[in-house]
Amino acid sequence: MSEERTMRQNDGIIGYQRDHESQPPYLYPAYKSTRLRAPDRPLVILPHTLSEVTGPAFGHGKVGPLDNDLTRQHDGEPLGERIIVSGRVLDGDGRPVRNSLIEVWQANAAGRYTHHADRHPAPLDPNFSGAGRCLTDGDGRYRFVTVKPGAYPWKNHDNAWRPAHIHFSLFGPAFAARLVTQMYFPGDPLFDQDPIFQSVNDSKARERMISRFDLETTEPEWALAYNFDIVLRGRESTPMENHR
Amino acid sequence: MTLEPTPSQTVGPFFHDALLAADWTRLMDPDHPSAVHISGTVCDGEGEPVPDAMLEIWQADPEGRFARSGDEFSGFGRCGTDAEGRFEFVTVKPGPVLGPDGGSQAPHIAVSVFARGLLKRLVTRIYFPEEEAANADDPVLASVEDPDLRDTLVARARDGGYVFDVHLQGQRQTVFFDV
Repeated sequence: MSEERTMRQNDGIIGYQRDHESQPPYLYPAYKSTRLRAPDRPLVILPHTLSEVTGPAFGHGKVGPLDNDLTRQHDGEPLGERIIVSGRVLDGDGRPVRNSLIEVWQANAAGRYTHHADRHPAPLDPNFSGAGRCLTDGDGRYRFVTVKPGAYPWKNHDNAWRPAHIHFSLFGPAFAARLVTQMYFPGDPLFDQDPIFQSVNDSKARERMISRFDLETTEPEWALAYNFDIVLRGRESTPMENHR
Repeated sequence: MTLEPTPSQTVGPFFHDALLAADWTRLMDPDHPSAVHISGTVCDGEGEPVPDAMLEIWQADPEGRFARSGDEFSGFGRCGTDAEGRFEFVTVKPGPVLGPDGGSQAPHIAVSVFARGLLKRLVTRIYFPEEEAANADDPVLASVEDPDLRDTLVARARDGGYVFDVHLQGQRQTVFFDV
């Protein structure tokens, strides 16, 4: 931390906006795993201090040049529908979130994860591990090449199936802005019965988790494309008042 | 321009290969004289260990400075829980951090907890038991009025290191913060 930042710190911290409307609750009984894991005491409001408005920085050394191409991690190409997933990471004020680490993971085209705990009797693909990462560029843009994940069954309720999705982990500029989410595909018929998707109460907020078919980014004779812009929390406009 | 945030979703049960491929449990060489071990168990509302949680920590260095890109001490760690719900970090004890109004916060580590069944992360803090005076003056600890609840934020000293257990739910629930 530089002296300049120290001085600004003493002048009061610009915190991050709180957003409860867009976010799911901890307890959502239709999603059974929340029942014994959701806290039952109310959360304590934490005014943002230096610990919350700073966050880890990940340099280019952490990310290899092919880490954003999930179709080139093995000798052969994975089976499935090749897709490009790209978009921008923005803050609530529309500013790009630059040089920020994004990590993704997903099932293969048959709906199977490489993970040892995934018992879905769908085939593994020796050419697909389903994990990738990249840093956003100076304009907040990112791009992954992968295959479209399959839907898969889970044991939450009778005949439960997860809609096809790609997990996204984002750090953003500060501890307070950390986000883990899932990207869905437009028009998925499984949305209505998926409690993880439905746990977000506001329909407009749910739509913000659905990628958009992106004809402009498709590559003819090679890959379809989906656009997924991600919005992290923005800064407050004034320093925190309750800072003591 | 104001944009609405993207909602959070659970990390699910299958994050390990992607998020734990690199070992981020050691922020400091365990042989370094100032290295400290912080371990604990994550338990659910029935007291059962949670074997598929992931903890992330973010902390200042011993001088109370937060890392910037390229600094040797990154201040960031990540650890998955094992079959017994256990995690362990090797790090250094942070120094006091500047607080509001030029005051100071007691040494602490910010913690995020992710797991299947957590639709959004939980946030807590690890404080240190030997910092009695600094803890008594800490504005965040002071915001937790019930002393028993406040104690859930203070690690226990054990074998030269610290133990910090996370109870997601129930009578012994850890204090979690709305950040």
